[in-house]
Amino acid sequence: MSPAMKKLINAPDDVVREALEGMELAYGDRLRVSYDPMYIVRADAPVDGKVGIISGGGSGHEPMHGGFVGPGMLDGACPGEVFTSPTPDQMMAATKAVNGGAGVLHIVKNYTGDVMNFEMAADLAGEEGIPVEVVVTNDDVAVQDSLYTAGRRGVGITVIAEKICGAAAEERRSVVDVAELGRRVNAQGRSMGMALTACTTPSSGEPSFVLGDDEMEIGIGIHGEPGRYREPLAPASVVVERLASAVVEDLPYNSGDQVLAMVNGMGGTPLIELFVVYRELHHFLQERGITITRRLIGNYITSLEMAGCSITLLRLDDELTRLWDAPVNTPALRWGA
Amino acid sequence: MGCVTPDAETIDHAAVVAWIRRFAAEIDEHRAELVRLDTAIGDGDHGTNMDRGMRKVVEKLDGAGGNDIGASLKSVGMTLVSSVGGAAGPLYGTLFLQMGSATGGSATLDTAGFTQALEAGLRGVQSRGKAEPGDKTMVDALVPAVEALHRAESDGVVVGEATRRAADAAQEGMKATIPMEARKGRASYLGPRSVGHQDPGATSSYLLLRSAAEAFANT
Repeated sequence: MSPAMKKLINAPDDVVREALEGMELAYGDRLRVSYDPMYIVRADAPVDGKVGIISGGGSGHEPMHGGFVGPGMLDGACPGEVFTSPTPDQMMAATKAVNGGAGVLHIVKNYTGDVMNFEMAADLAGEEGIPVEVVVTNDDVAVQDSLYTAGRRGVGITVIAEKICGAAAEERRSVVDVAELGRRVNAQGRSMGMALTACTTPSSGEPSFVLGDDEMEIGIGIHGEPGRYREPLAPASVVVERLASAVVEDLPYNSGDQVLAMVNGMGGTPLIELFVVYRELHHFLQERGITITRRLIGNYITSLEMAGCSITLLRLDDELTRLWDAPVNTPALRWGA
Repeated sequence: MGCVTPDAETIDHAAVVAWIRRFAAEIDEHRAELVRLDTAIGDGDHGTNMDRGMRKVVEKLDGAGGNDIGASLKSVGMTLVSSVGGAAGPLYGTLFLQMGSATGGSATLDTAGFTQALEAGLRGVQSRGKAEPGDKTMVDALVPAVEALHRAESDGVVVGEATRRAADAAQEGMKATIPMEARKGRASYLGPRSVGHQDPGATSSYLLLRSAAEAFANT
C-alpha cells in the first residue's frame, strides 16, 4: 500500500469480499450473499410470478448496487472489482437466482465493459430459456454522444430507474412493460457531476488524477476519470449553475415541468454541503418555472472517497410519481415499508 | 516445451499450451506498463485485470491434459470471461472462445490452421466490441497480424516463421495507435486528448502474438 493512501481496509485485494461479508453480517435476514460467483439477492428470491431485476457494476459506488437490493427495488446485484465490471458468470448466476418465471430485467450503465459482460450474460440466459430484457442507462450530459465515442455514461438516473422499475415489478407487470418503463425513465433523465478531489482505488494506491488546491473538475464520471474541463474553485451557486444549466438545456426541461431532483454526493462530501447545493438547485429551477415535486439527497452513486456532487433530474408524470412513492425496503433506500 | 522445430510444418497441443504460458508470463512482466498506458487514457485496470485472468488460466492449465487444441483454447476463453471483467474479459474471452471453435478436435495446426483460428478470434472480437481498424483498440494490432498470416500462408511459409511475421505486423499496428484518436471504450471520452498515447489493448494483443512467435519458434 502506498504510504499516501489512507483507507480503512485490511488488504487491497480483500476489500470487495470483506465489504460483502460485512453486508451479509448486517443484513443477512433480508439479503442472501454468494461469494463464488459474487452476487447479492433478496432473501426471498426468486419471487414467484414477479419480474426479477438485477443490476451490477464495478464496486466503489456504494450503496449502488448492493444497497438497493430488497422489496420494491432490485432482486439482485453483481459487484465487480473496484471500478471494474462484473463478469457474465456472476450475472448469469444472479439471473437464475431471481427468475420467478416472469423473466429478468438487466439494468446496465453504459460503460463498454458493463455492456459487453451483460450482453454475454443475456446470451447465456437466452440459451437457458430465461427471457431477459435490458435497459442501458446513459444520462450523463458531460459526454458527447456520437458515433465516435462509447456514448454517454450511465450515472444518477440508474438509481431512479432501479427504484421505479422495482415498483412496477412488484405490481406484477410484464418484463417487457418494466423494461419499457426503465427506458422511459432514462429518456426523461439527465445528469452531470463535478469533483473537488480525485479518488484512489485500493489496488492502484494513487489518485486517479491530480487537482490543485484551488481547482475543481467539471463533468466527471464515476470511476475517477477526469471530466470535461477544469476550473478555478468557485462557490456552490456557480457550481450548481454550471451543472444544472447543462442538464436543463440538454433534454430540455421546460417551464411548467415537474421533476424529481437528486443531489448526490460522490462519497467524500458531507450532507451539509449537499443541502447547500440543493438550495441552489431549488432556486435555479424555480427561476425557470421548473418545480421539484420529489427529491433525493445523499450519497447514492459514489466514487470511493471523491469529494464532489452530481445533479440528476427526472421529468415526472403521474405514473412515474406514483411508482417513485411506492414502498421500498432496501438497506440504502427505505420508505412506506 | 514447444514441440516444434523452426522449419516444422505444424504446431501441436504442447506448443499451444507453451504459447498460453508465455502470454501469461508476458502479461505479468508488463503488468505495470499496461496499467500505466491504461491510466493515461482509460481507467488504469488493464494490466491488473489481464494478470488476474491469466493467473487463473495458468492454474487451470496445470491440471489439464489432452491434445485437443480447440478444447484448450475454449477453456482459456471461459476462464478469461469469468475472471477478468471490464471490457478486456469479454473481448479476450471471445477471442479465445472463437479460436477454440475454429480449431475444435485438432491435434496440430499448420499455417492455414493458425491463420483461420486467429481470424475467427478477430471476427469475434469485432462483433463483440464493434470496433473497426483505426478506432485505437486491440483490433489495430490483430488486423495486421491476420493479414500477415494470410500473406505468409500464400507464400507457403511454415507456421513458426508465419507467426513471427504476424508478431512484427502486430507491433507495427500497436505503434500506429499512438497518433490515433480513440473512438471506442473509456478512452473515447477523452476525444483529442487520447492522441499521443499507445493503446493498452493493442499492446496486450501484440504481447499475445509475440508470445506465440516465441513459443512456436522454440525447439
